[in-house]
Amino acid sequence: MSSVGITAYGGYIPRLRMSRKSIAQANVWVDPGLMAHAKSERSMCDYDEDTITMAVEAGRDCTRGMNRQNIESVFMASTTMPFDDRQNSTVVAEALGLKENIATLDVSHSQRAATSGLSAALKGISANGGETLFVASEQRQTKCATPKELLYGDAAAAITLGTGNLIARFLGANSINVDMVDHFRSKGARFDYEWEERWIREEGYFKIVPAAVKGVLEKTGIAPGSIDHFVLPCVIRGVRETLAKKMGMKPEAVRDNLMAGCGETGAAHSLVMLVDALQDAKPGEKLLVVGFGQGADALLFEATEKIGDLSPRKGIKGSLINGIIETNYQKFLSFKNLVPIEWGMRAESGARKTRMTAMYRDRKMFNSLVGGKCTQCGTIQFPKAHICVNPDCRAVDGMDDHCLAESKSRIASYTVDWLAYTPNPPLLFGMVEFDEGAKFMMQFTGCKPEEVEVGVPMEMVFRIKTDDKGLDFKNYFWKATPVVQN
Amino acid sequence: MASGIKDKVAILGMGCAKFGERYDCGPEDLVNEAFQECIKDAGIGTNDIQAAWCGNQYLTESTGLSATPLSVMLRLNNIPTTRVENMCCTGTEAFRGATYAVASGAVDIALAVGVEKLKDSGYGGLPGASMGPKDDLWWPGLSAPGAFAQLASAYRAKHKVSKEDLKKAIAHVSWKSHQNGVKNPKAHLQKAVSMEQIMAAPMIAEPLGLFDCCGVSDGSACAIVTTPEIARSLGKKDLVSVKALQLSNSNGLEMGHKSWDGSYFVTTRTAAKRAYQEAGIKNPREELSMFEVHDCFSITEFVTYEDLFISPEGGALKDVMDGFYDADGKIPCQIDGGLKCFGHPIGASGLRMIYEMYLQLLGRAGERQLKNPRFGLTHNLGGFPHRNVCGMSIIGRLES
Repeated sequence: MSSVGITAYGGYIPRLRMSRKSIAQANVWVDPGLMAHAKSERSMCDYDEDTITMAVEAGRDCTRGMNRQNIESVFMASTTMPFDDRQNSTVVAEALGLKENIATLDVSHSQRAATSGLSAALKGISANGGETLFVASEQRQTKCATPKELLYGDAAAAITLGTGNLIARFLGANSINVDMVDHFRSKGARFDYEWEERWIREEGYFKIVPAAVKGVLEKTGIAPGSIDHFVLPCVIRGVRETLAKKMGMKPEAVRDNLMAGCGETGAAHSLVMLVDALQDAKPGEKLLVVGFGQGADALLFEATEKIGDLSPRKGIKGSLINGIIETNYQKFLSFKNLVPIEWGMRAESGARKTRMTAMYRDRKMFNSLVGGKCTQCGTIQFPKAHICVNPDCRAVDGMDDHCLAESKSRIASYTVDWLAYTPNPPLLFGMVEFDEGAKFMMQFTGCKPEEVEVGVPMEMVFRIKTDDKGLDFKNYFWKATPVVQN
Repeated sequence: MASGIKDKVAILGMGCAKFGERYDCGPEDLVNEAFQECIKDAGIGTNDIQAAWCGNQYLTESTGLSATPLSVMLRLNNIPTTRVENMCCTGTEAFRGATYAVASGAVDIALAVGVEKLKDSGYGGLPGASMGPKDDLWWPGLSAPGAFAQLASAYRAKHKVSKEDLKKAIAHVSWKSHQNGVKNPKAHLQKAVSMEQIMAAPMIAEPLGLFDCCGVSDGSACAIVTTPEIARSLGKKDLVSVKALQLSNSNGLEMGHKSWDGSYFVTTRTAAKRAYQEAGIKNPREELSMFEVHDCFSITEFVTYEDLFISPEGGALKDVMDGFYDADGKIPCQIDGGLKCFGHPIGASGLRMIYEMYLQLLGRAGERQLKNPRFGLTHNLGGFPHRNVCGMSIIGRLES
């Protein structure tokens, strides 16, 4: 077996951070105990974000400075994918502008979707090679007034896997399957149903996780005491620390589970915590990643000397900063689609029936922000057209594809629109001019009215353009957001 | 070179319904109100009309497909009747159809009708309209005020104008139109508002507040046109003739090319140059007596002063604050109250503007009458600054 492992990482946490205190205060009449969790903030998707858009952003962060055309396959793990039947990883692959002849696969249906998928992907590379992008993304949904509403968060993480230039070598994996229903969400249900926490701790984490870990340590001949980073998502107090002790690991190996500013991000969280750990890992350090849910997966990695050479990126640590704190619980509920807001008749015409044929014809334009570059005069333009927009050129049918998703741009004109329908009033939009030449009107997102002015540098983000309530369909497009300086 | 439309066609009669929230009226009632005034003014019978055009934008709101409903409601004599739509230029487009038909010699007398029934929509705003399956997928779901409001940020950046100064100037634009609307019994809004009220009104789309936006109204207006010779043979002495009729559509430059800075209308500038040439006007600032522009929003009117080459580039602010466009200024703009006071029943607006110019030229504008006007210009702007159609007419007294 040739050496396989991780070649790069990336992360994405939505900029919106819901104040836990605000959630607790709104619900303390139901459960005074909620105040115990009323510290810091949890991440929340903006109204135009979901697991697909977060996966795209994590994927972009991960593939920074990399030739994306080398990617041979894309895996996406989540239990909250927007589509049950429309491959979500394909949308991610198109948004990232990957080539068409690659393999894509969605992995779902368990909190350990990411670790199980990762294990399978690594085995595939061991056998066949090829650069793989693995993303995990989760947008969690809970009922109101539960501790989980405070403890959970939304985020995505991505890693690329390959055989050369490894930043962390894959040492081995072990999986255990046990049909223990600690919680479940039946088909079509919106919320989880959970059994008693004490039982999950005693019969679940304390018995199943050690068995899975023991297996991988035996396979690889690694001693528990030499683990430097122990990644295990779990919101039950004390479980991770007790497990580390029970299994003979160093107490300091237990990774922070990112409750401050992020929260537990479900199926994505093992990967989110792994990326956070990789951002700290030194050459030679060993990382143990565990996913729990109807059994457990345990994967072991060792950081290489190349880990410090990775080009700068946000990862999880960079995504944690620059959050926008939200204290309006009603807005949080509305974004989670838990309260019916009267948006007026204007909202009815906001979403016109999506025509799949039209969307398909120009999918490069919508999914990948591909415009045109005139082969005669070089003018970059959006959309791509048959006849060049340059009045001094007008060349016919001579345009190459030109992607604008990573291009530099700035605001040329803007407004703050209180009349147009948006699930997050006011609607911000304006003309965006790209340094390369293209210029068109787009929505702005992820910013406040006072942040926009002519000349402000913007970057592109992949977001939900319209939630077509009639068809129960989401279509995606790119929006502009102010460049955040880290 | 084409000889143009100048003086080939005269207006035989015009009519205009009372604009407003006409919950008492359907489109057929509004059209009838305008048409009865018009045909009486023209002094002919319905069967003298040989062709008709009906302008109407919203397919779902007024009369549906084709202009057959117009033929039915006016009991036209089975003459060719055509529905036209060109966004906010729709009324002017109907007038263009009738005028060109007469000028071509194909017919002697033609009718142009514009009508829009907006207050059956169920809410206070323009009903949504599709841009087609492709553009619906990527254009921002913007409102009309939001689209036009961006002119302000681009204008400020270009001419180094402060937010406060520009807000005050566009407030004056609306203040002036409200002053004029008080004197017009056919206007929807006939109330003066103070500068303070305008400046303090709720924000709709930065920097446009409530009073920077025109109203939403039902309305209809119409014109009967013929040749000057026929008009005279029918006993008309003072004739108003068409001096210019222009239309200019975006070709995608605004939304796609760096050369547009977002602070002006490419199409208005193009149409204005062509219209002045067609009408033989060399210096609009000196020769125009009055004009009606498409003041869907105060900022639109503001930048249009420059796009019509009346105010110099960057000079609109000074002209506005000097009262150049007020009723007692050098060239009064929106002497009838404009879209600001009439609202904007899309299909009717262009013809409503021509109606006011026609009344003024014939000295029939009552309390609003300007002294001895010679040329009146009307301007419509459909779509958004970023992609639009501009319609323009110049009419004037026919010197015999």
